[in-house]
Amino acid sequence: MLDETEEGHVTEDGRQIGGVLMEMRNITLRFGGVVAIKDISFDIRKGEIRAIIGPNGAGKSSMLNVISGFYHPQEGEIWFKGARRKPMKPYQVARQGIARTFQNIALFEGMSVIDNIMTGRLTHMRSGLFSQALWWGPAEREELENREVVERIIDFLEIQHIRKTPVARLPYGLKKRVELARALAAEPELLLLDEPMAGMNVEEKEDMSRFILDVNDEFGTTIALIEHDMGVVMDLSDRVVVMDYGRKIGDGPPEEIRNNQDVIDAYLGVAHD
Amino acid sequence: MPEQLLFAMEVTLNGLMAGVLYSLVALGFVLIYKASGIFNYAQGVMALFAALTLVGLMDGQVPFAHLINATFGTDVHHFGWHIPALPAILLTAGVMVVFAIIVERLILRHLVNQEPIILFMATIGLAYFLEGFGDVMWGSDIKKLDVGLPQGISETIDTVTYNWFGYGFFIDRLDIAATLVAAILVVTLTLFSQYSKQGRALRAVADDHQAALSVGISLRFIWVLVWSIAGIVALVAGVMWGAKSGVQFSLSLIALKALPVLMLGGFTSIPGAIVGGLIIGVGEKLFEFAVGPMIGGATENWFAYVLALVFLVFRPQGLFGERIIERV
Ligand SMILES: Nc1ncnc2c1ncn2[C@@H]1O[C@H](COP(=O)(O)OP(=O)(O)OP(=O)(O)O)[C@@H](O)[C@H]1O
Ligand SMILES: [Mg+2]
Repeated sequence: MLDETEEGHVTEDGRQIGGVLMEMRNITLRFGGVVAIKDISFDIRKGEIRAIIGPNGAGKSSMLNVISGFYHPQEGEIWFKGARRKPMKPYQVARQGIARTFQNIALFEGMSVIDNIMTGRLTHMRSGLFSQALWWGPAEREELENREVVERIIDFLEIQHIRKTPVARLPYGLKKRVELARALAAEPELLLLDEPMAGMNVEEKEDMSRFILDVNDEFGTTIALIEHDMGVVMDLSDRVVVMDYGRKIGDGPPEEIRNNQDVIDAYLGVAHD
Repeated sequence: MPEQLLFAMEVTLNGLMAGVLYSLVALGFVLIYKASGIFNYAQGVMALFAALTLVGLMDGQVPFAHLINATFGTDVHHFGWHIPALPAILLTAGVMVVFAIIVERLILRHLVNQEPIILFMATIGLAYFLEGFGDVMWGSDIKKLDVGLPQGISETIDTVTYNWFGYGFFIDRLDIAATLVAAILVVTLTLFSQYSKQGRALRAVADDHQAALSVGISLRFIWVLVWSIAGIVALVAGVMWGAKSGVQFSLSLIALKALPVLMLGGFTSIPGAIVGGLIIGVGEKLFEFAVGPMIGGATENWFAYVLALVFLVFRPQGLFGERIIERV
């Protein structure tokens, strides 16, 4: 098994992959009689893009929810940065530097794009109630710093033109992008993306793929993503976990996964979007 | 200017100021409803409890005196000191924060993800508990509350209007003070919610729980925060109302006046609560003035509800609420 201290390696395209950042050990998650995750182990290395794939209902979102603290597995251990993580609430996970997006998009519909993205900075805001009320200097400087970060992300994701637009008015593809922006605003160490390209047209998918690669490349952010589009998965990811009916049926680099017989069987005759 | 018009203007002004108090109470409801989807039936009793606590602290009353005396055969009633209004108000605000923490610990925490009706029932229970608790703690007699706010007719306004119109308006200085305090409170709350970290978190929770969690917001903290703010708003409403008509059980009934305000303004809109309160305040005073004499008066008891009902028929989402169109 790999450990924290193990030397990383450099990918063909020159990106640095480090030691293990997060490790799931023998995770089992049940909902009443339904076993959503059955004794699954895998790890995520620093700097890599890790894909989780599998047919509908395989348990992919459940796995992401376990990592982000929304679900609590009945069995298994979660290790983050070389330490075992105690059961945590989602907000505690977020404060550890793990940001996420949702399969069904969870934005603050009543707020503008920029306000939505600003909420991503909450984990970085230190000023308490009283310093904000009585001692405007530092609180104000902090606000300006946070705005700067947010503006950089807005430029990066090319959404300047909708900065002030209420999110409720945006088309689906742009909502997905704003949700990514909010997650990025947290400057996370680990970014979890649940089907970031679902429901997008080809052009939007290409944009999103480019953003994901750029985030990983420029900020060195570790990314775990769920995606149904095999082409996208093969292009983006360094390593792939394949799930089916809650079990892990494959784990390895894309080219290996493509030729894995279990994986091919799991996907045969299964319709995907 | 014709006399009738002058009367109407005076009535309108008085209505506006009565409306400010309705707005305050409604505001307490809206805050909690927005952040947690709970209709807090106890809001009115919270105002009563806050006012009782304030009077008790100012007068140096021994809390639970009756209970203590009955149990230990003692005869204590007062500590023998008086606390000035301002520190007493701050202390009471502190008590309301402690109350918010206890509510979160003992009630909200255990009812996460329950149906709204269950949460509503829980607040009914809370209201009756708090009412009894307030009685036991501070006694059930009618108390006078004097925090040093000006009272009685405003001579200035009387003189000025007399010089302008030849008719002096009767405006209570307490109403003017209440309006100012309410305005300051609303501006502070707005600034807080727009520009502070906690305010931003509050708006986020009000908008989407799941998304709020994912950006690192603790729901429990936010619940304590909104209940604290609602408690402080209740305190302000309790002080104003208590200064006007004494601190007694009927104070908790102002919550009933908040209902039509909420129907008018919408349950989730802060501007709605404010404007709604003003409309009800002015509406009921003007109606009583113009129509009351023709139908035997006492219209203030029911006018607000009828107005809200009529309004509901035409704009069920309230003044500022968004129209909900079911997706099919
Ligand atoms: N909150 C929940 N309560 C009950 N069952 C759940 C819950 N969340 C997931 N499940 C069940 O767990 C199983 C795995 O669901 P999950 O959403 O993780 O699948 P998925 O791989 O993300 O599928 P999809 O590709 O359709 O998004 C399903 O049978 C689902 O019904
Ligand atoms: Mg899913």
